[in-house]
This record gives sequence, structure tokens and C-alpha cells, in this order.
Amino acid sequence: MTISRRTLLAAGPAAGLLTACGSDTGRGDDAGAGPRLSQWYHQYGETGTEQAVERYAAAYPKAKVGVQWRPGNYDQQTAAALLTDSGPDVFEGSPTLDQIQGGQVVDLTDLLDGVRDDFHPAALTPKTYAGRIWGIPQVIDTQLLYYRKSLLSDAGVRPPDTLDALVDAAARLTTKKVKGLFLGNDGGAGVLGGTPLYAAGLRLVTDDGKVGFDDPAAARTLARLHRLYAGGSLLLGAPADWSDPSAFLQGLTAMQWSGLWALPRVQQELGDDFGVLPFPGDGPGAAAVPVGAYGAAVSARSRHRDTAKDFVKWLWIERTDYQEDFALSYGFHIPARISLAKKADRLKTGAAADAVRLTTEHGYAQPLLWTPADQTAYQDALSRIIRGGANPESELRAVVRKVSAELDRVRRKS
Amino acid sequence: MTAHGATARRRVRNRALWFWTFVGPFAVGLGLFTYVPLLWSVALSFFDAHNTVTPTDFVGLDNYTALLSDDAFVDSLRTFLVFTAFIVPTTYVFSLALALMVNRVRRARAFFRSVFFLPAACSYVVAALIWKMSLFNGVRFGLANTVLGWFGGDPVAWLSGTDPPWYWLVIVTVRLWLQTGFYMILFLAGLQRIDPGLYEAAAVDGARPGRQVLWHITLPQLRATSVAVVLLLVINAFQAFDEFYNLLSDTRGYPPYARPPLVYLYYLALGQGQNLGLGSAGAVILSLVVVVVTVGQARWFGLGGREE
Repeated sequence: MTISRRTLLAAGPAAGLLTACGSDTGRGDDAGAGPRLSQWYHQYGETGTEQAVERYAAAYPKAKVGVQWRPGNYDQQTAAALLTDSGPDVFEGSPTLDQIQGGQVVDLTDLLDGVRDDFHPAALTPKTYAGRIWGIPQVIDTQLLYYRKSLLSDAGVRPPDTLDALVDAAARLTTKKVKGLFLGNDGGAGVLGGTPLYAAGLRLVTDDGKVGFDDPAAARTLARLHRLYAGGSLLLGAPADWSDPSAFLQGLTAMQWSGLWALPRVQQELGDDFGVLPFPGDGPGAAAVPVGAYGAAVSARSRHRDTAKDFVKWLWIERTDYQEDFALSYGFHIPARISLAKKADRLKTGAAADAVRLTTEHGYAQPLLWTPADQTAYQDALSRIIRGGANPESELRAVVRKVSAELDRVRRKS
Repeated sequence: MTAHGATARRRVRNRALWFWTFVGPFAVGLGLFTYVPLLWSVALSFFDAHNTVTPTDFVGLDNYTALLSDDAFVDSLRTFLVFTAFIVPTTYVFSLALALMVNRVRRARAFFRSVFFLPAACSYVVAALIWKMSLFNGVRFGLANTVLGWFGGDPVAWLSGTDPPWYWLVIVTVRLWLQTGFYMILFLAGLQRIDPGLYEAAAVDGARPGRQVLWHITLPQLRATSVAVVLLLVINAFQAFDEFYNLLSDTRGYPPYARPPLVYLYYLALGQGQNLGLGSAGAVILSLVVVVVTVGQARWFGLGGREE
């Protein structure tokens, strides 16, 4: 058959359709020396981080590592990619309980032989399930309460050390132009999460896997958060949300809950006119500082599991110089390794030193058994309590029921 | 057998070949990317499919009962009803009013038509972000709050407060702005198909221009267009996702109010939850609701019947 113009026209779109289905997995196809690994990172906001991780990957001698820098809903992307063969070999992720139970990630316990004690326990505990370790902590991120020293002293307010004092301070700092406190545009339900419970001396999930806030103290503490909202001292609807220090820097609020990553920018713009605090304790509870850390995990569907594990060991355990560079040269994170955190000069003075101290003393990490379903139920209730003034007792009762059922589900699977 | 018969057969064979050459790729695409996932999703809805699309743990109707007894899901259906109750009548009235006005304009009609249609070309995401970050942000220099400030009002946290639920104003106005122009074009097309003779006859019979003519001539003549418009509006309201998600979600999730079904299922099935079985059950329930509503509505209005 000779190829006529019409045949060609008909074949063209079909071929186009087929080629459009392929996707770039970061592995590449050209045959080089050694296997090719694909490594995924979520998009870090600080300039230079992407170039840095590409530099580390290029320096790995035993395989060619292609870095994928993924903007957008990163956790959703990895969750979907882990279902397929075209996902990453190595990726940063929690990893979640369902991923561990579903056999989607590889056991990395033996990589930590001899250095396990050097990792911050708050960072390592949420990566541990059934005594095995499923992710190597990369850095530690924390959230803190930033306050403007000059605004507080003008109003005659001392830095609050109890939740009641915080509610009171926020009210007294509120003027026609400046609000007292910014806990995010949703009034705090999203970013605070379990922090107020820990500040009340409770837990999200107890060590033996039960609901940790089935206690009247929980309702009392959450009711105080509604007082903040109802009193009109919370900043709401700021153009940039809590993770960005802009509202604080623009003088829209006297105090703001934000991440440690914001510290360099705050320092640059406000000099010494600011300080950091933990979330203040309530009643018998001590202060609380939430700690979060992505870990480096290896996909169980990787075709080069051993190489991928070796790469993770090389980068996140052996190359301490890269770990330090990654934590401190671009954004501002506490290294996950205690020995590195102690050495770092940038963490020795001023507010940075306070942040490290507060994290060590009051840091808590969300337990691994706290699943996204729990999180949604709790966060919905918290939002209704804070903004809708819903009855904390009945809201929490419903959450406790849901969380118990979910804990039963994950226990059955183990 | 004659040479003539052979040619005819070859022609028939050729025609079949060309039919499949042109239709085949699209039929394959439709099957592969629409019907297979659809059926797969129905199958998934009967399994416990956490983090997997090839589950083995058959649970029967558990996902359906779990979802139908889930307050948040039922609440999302209620949200959809409230949203529809706001958006369908307002869009209908505004786009019809615009169409009537543009239709009467003598000069620069094309200009007005284009100006009103232009927002339809804007992305929902972009519009939602502009509404959220500059028009209706909660601080004193947001546009809406600046206007309020001229009259001595205090800034309102449009999207953050629940009492009163100002967020509906933001959600409805952004969609209104985006889609009114499009439906105006549909109404304009409908208006231009009305026989001018009818208006002349009405005038001869003494009908007063204005409400009487609108009520007795224009609206009945626009019946077919109206039915199509309402049907499209309801289906679009059902599919609402973009502006809700971009206006109200943040990195930590979505608030428990104004959460339409698709947003809720998105978090349930595709968020970190990855409960694909439950999500699929939700998708099946939603599809059934859409089918029932659409068929019911079409029957009610007699869509597909002959225009009178």
C-alpha cells in the first residue's frame, strides 16, 4: 500500500495521542553508567534550594540521580505516583501510615545503625512504626509565636506565658488599625491543629494507641480559642496566610503564628524588635511547639531499591556537610542531627537560639497514628468551635468517636 | 460475478475502513480514558481501597452506607443545594436582563456584547484568586473594605467569618461575573430567533411595550433557550470546584462550611486520605443524583419536545 496524503493525515493524530500519554518521570532514557534514580522534592520557597539538591544528586558516584522539583499539592502527587510504576525511587514525604501499612515504602531501619541516637527524637518518632524506621528525617521545621517587642511594651503587655494571658494580650494589643494576633485566615483551626491540646497537657494519640484528648480539659482549652475569635482580636482575611510573615511585617498584627522559616526575613526587616514564644501552656500543661519534618523515603515500587537505599544513606546520613548546607544555607531549618544543630553558628544567638531551645524543650510531633481522616474530623470541629462558637464538649465527643473508629481500623491492618 | 459487483463491494469496504480510521482513535480514547475509568471506579466503590487501585478487600456496600451516614457528605449535598438556589436564579435574571438590554441597543451592539462576554474567557482560578486576595480580603485596604470604610464601616473578614456567612457573597459574585456573559449570548441568540412579526401583531392588538410584551411574547418564545440555560446552570453548579477550592482552601485543608460535594470527595479520595473506595462510592452517588435531577428536570420542562 502506498502512503497517500489521507492515510498520513489519519495516522498523525493517532500517533500524537499515543505520544501524549508518556510522561517525564525524571528517570530519563539514555543508557549511562549505573542505574538511574528519580528523586522528588516538594517546592521549597527559598531561592537556591533547588540548585543545591541538584548539586548533591550530581555528586552521588554510584548512580545518575534525576531530581524532580514538584510545585503544587505535593503530598497528593506522591500519594498518586506511588500507585504506579512511574513514581519516584526516592522521595521526601511523611511517609503516612497508610503508605507504610500498604507496603508502599521500604524499611530503612538498618541505614541508621550507629547514628540513631544522633537524630532528634521528635523528628524520628513519627517516622517509626512497629519498631522500624520508614523515613530518614531531613530537617526539623517548627512553628512559633512571633511578637513585636515595641508594640507590646507600648501597650504595657508582657509576652504571654499562659493561654489566658495570650487571649488578654491579643485583646489589649488590638486597635483600629492593628489586630492583636494572627493565627491564619481561618482563625487558627488549620495551623494550630493539636498544639492547644498539647499545651493543655493532653495528646492527640496516646503512646498505647488510644485517643489522647478524651478529657474535659480539652473542651476548656478550645473554648478559650473561641474567645480570641469572638473578641475581635484576631486578624482575618490577610492577603498572605500564616506561613508568610508579611502581615506581621506590614504591621497588620502585633503577634503572629508562623514558621521558623520566616525568621531570617523577620530579622532582616525588624532587626531586634521581635521575639519568639512557644504556644503558651494552659492549666497544668506546659508550652507546646509543633515539630514537623519530611523524611527521605524509598518507594517499594522502585526498580533499584538497593541503590535507592544506598543513595539515601549517602545523602542523609553520611554527607553531613550537605545536610548542614540544606538546613541552613537557604531557608532556615534546624538540622535533624543533634550534632549538626549544636555546631551551627547561625543557631547560637538571638531569636534563633531561642527557637532551638524552645523546640528542644517543648517540641512535639504529630503521631503517625493520627491519620488524615482524623485530622479532617478534628480540624472541622476545631473550626466550628473557634468560628461558629459550637459547643466544644459535643463537638469533641463526636471527634473522639470518629478517631476511635479510625484507630481501630489502622490497628486491624497491622 | 461481474466487475461491477466487485467495485461496489470494494467501495463499501473502503467506506468502513475510512469510518474506522477517523472514528477509531476517538472511540479508543473515549473507551480508554472515559469508560474504563468509569467502570473501574464503580468496581472500586465496593472495595476497601486505601492507597491502591487494585484492591482485594471486598466490603460490599460498606462504603455507601459509610458515606450516606457521614454528616460531612450530607452537609456537602446541602451546600450544593444552597449554592444552586443562589446562583441559578441570579445568573438567569442577570443574563436575561443583559441580553434584553444589549438586544435593544442600536449603536455599538457588538462592542457591548463583547464587553459582557469577556469575563467568560477568564479562568475560574485567576478570578477566584483576585476576588480572594484583592477585592474581598479581610484587611482594611481590600477593595470591598475600603468602600465600607468610606461609610464608616469596620473591615469585614469576608471569607473567614461564618456569622453572617459573607463567604456566599464572594462565591456567588465571582461565578456570576464569570458566567453571566456566556448565558447572555445564549439568550441573545434566542431573542434574535423570535419572529418580529409577533411583536408587530402584538402592537396592532394593543399590547403595551414593556412588561406585557415581555411576559406574553418574549418569555414564552424563549422557553427552549430558558430550559437549556437552567439545565446547564444546574449541572455547572453541581460541578463547582475551582472557585470554592481556590477561595476557601489553604495549605492545611478546607473549612467545614461551603464545602460542595466535589471538594469534599477531592479531600477524601485524592488528598492524603487516598481512600479511593470511599471516593468512588461518592462519585457514583453524585452521578446518580445528577442523572436523576437532569432527567427529572428535562421531563418537567419537556426538553427535547417540539418547540411551540
